[in-house]
Amino acid sequence: MPDAKSPTAQSVISVDNVVKEFGPLRVLDGVSLDVTRGQTVAIVGRSGSGKSTLLRCIAGLETVQDGMITVCGHEVGRPGSAARAQLRRDVGMVFQSYNLFPHLNVERNITLALTLVKKQSKDEAKKRAAEVLSMVGLTDKIASYPEQLSGGQQQRVAIARSLALQPQVMLFDEVTSALDPELTAEVLGVMEDLARRGMTMISVTHEMGFARRVADVVVFMHQGKVWETGPTAEVFANPRTAEFKQFVGSEL
Amino acid sequence: MIQLSFNHLVYLVEAARWTILLSVIAFIGGAMVGLPIALMRVAKSKVLRGLASGYIQLIQGTPLLIVLFLSYFGLGILGYKLDPLVAAGISFTIYAAAFLGEIWRGCIEAVPKTQWEASDCLGLNSFQQYAYVILPQALRIAIPPTVGFMVQIVKNTSLASVIGFVELARAGQIVNNSTFEPFAIFTAVAAIYFVLCYPLSVAARTLERRAHAGR
Repeated sequence: MPDAKSPTAQSVISVDNVVKEFGPLRVLDGVSLDVTRGQTVAIVGRSGSGKSTLLRCIAGLETVQDGMITVCGHEVGRPGSAARAQLRRDVGMVFQSYNLFPHLNVERNITLALTLVKKQSKDEAKKRAAEVLSMVGLTDKIASYPEQLSGGQQQRVAIARSLALQPQVMLFDEVTSALDPELTAEVLGVMEDLARRGMTMISVTHEMGFARRVADVVVFMHQGKVWETGPTAEVFANPRTAEFKQFVGSEL
Repeated sequence: MIQLSFNHLVYLVEAARWTILLSVIAFIGGAMVGLPIALMRVAKSKVLRGLASGYIQLIQGTPLLIVLFLSYFGLGILGYKLDPLVAAGISFTIYAAAFLGEIWRGCIEAVPKTQWEASDCLGLNSFQQYAYVILPQALRIAIPPTVGFMVQIVKNTSLASVIGFVELARAGQIVNNSTFEPFAIFTAVAAIYFVLCYPLSVAARTLERRAHAGR
């Protein structure tokens, strides 16, 4: 495997001057961001800074009023854009509230999209489910229902469900915010593992330890803008803005 | 005046079969029309939503009795003389569809929005989202209120007596006309309705408890 962290300068995600408004409220105010293949990006910031909205825009869950978002060559963010189905093949999304399908067991949660969207046979899909479950260390939970799992286990299944579709990019939206520290650690462990394997990922997170340890690039958002960004070590060592200094200070 | 006898009770019980039949027709017909109505109510298209909500408002704002009159006497005048069972079946289907459509719309909307987003992000199209993710969950939510509504249907079938459909209530009237023992007869009629409805009520309550416990 080639060193995944070496910059290939190939932009996988490009966000260009994006504006997103909810009614009179401007949530994203001219945001730009580039992510290259294999990069791990952590988006941090206070609640209401627009970081989750940015991620949801990249995932194609929100439409934007202005600017352009390109993900794996697909333009997203415009209503009724035809690239949507294609985008879905290339981008995986994991949510804060896990969003497993409660009426299906773990295996079926994973195989559903494989059989319906990727048109795999049942056997192929089951094989793939077993693979991804072993990646997140939950092989023994294959027949369980979501409500029988802890939050951390549910989140790992949700990650496995996304990974099963072999996305090029993974988006994580505050995936540990609903978990206690112990369960947070097991989920972050899975994500670190993914980053090491060279997955391109964007993580909206409140876990500064995770951001420092795993992210190649940190993006600090404030008032709907990218307030400060750069290589992780550099940004944390020399905060340029008062807001980021204060934010980092309050996290300690 | 005829003496009230055991045969009269048998007559009432036999008439109750028509009550059951009309209830079943109402429920099946109502479900077959009500599900599309519910889906139209949550559709993306404004036209579909408007049609469905217009239908629901019209029927919910009209007494069932009038719907029965229209489909039996009204259509009769226009030359479509329907059998009372057919007229009642149509009326109850129209009625049940509006209420079931509205109940089920609520159940579909009760499935968290995040389930739509998660299935969307996995690449499922709208049909697949409904068929594999949303409706199975809505079904679970829908069972208690649906069973509860079935109790309403059973009791409301008594209205079909006004168009000459001899179900339980009408049978009670007929027996009363010949025996003039209203208290005994209508107590018996009430008891039979109770026997039909009580198991449904209990089932609805049990299912409701179970649905809440599952959360």
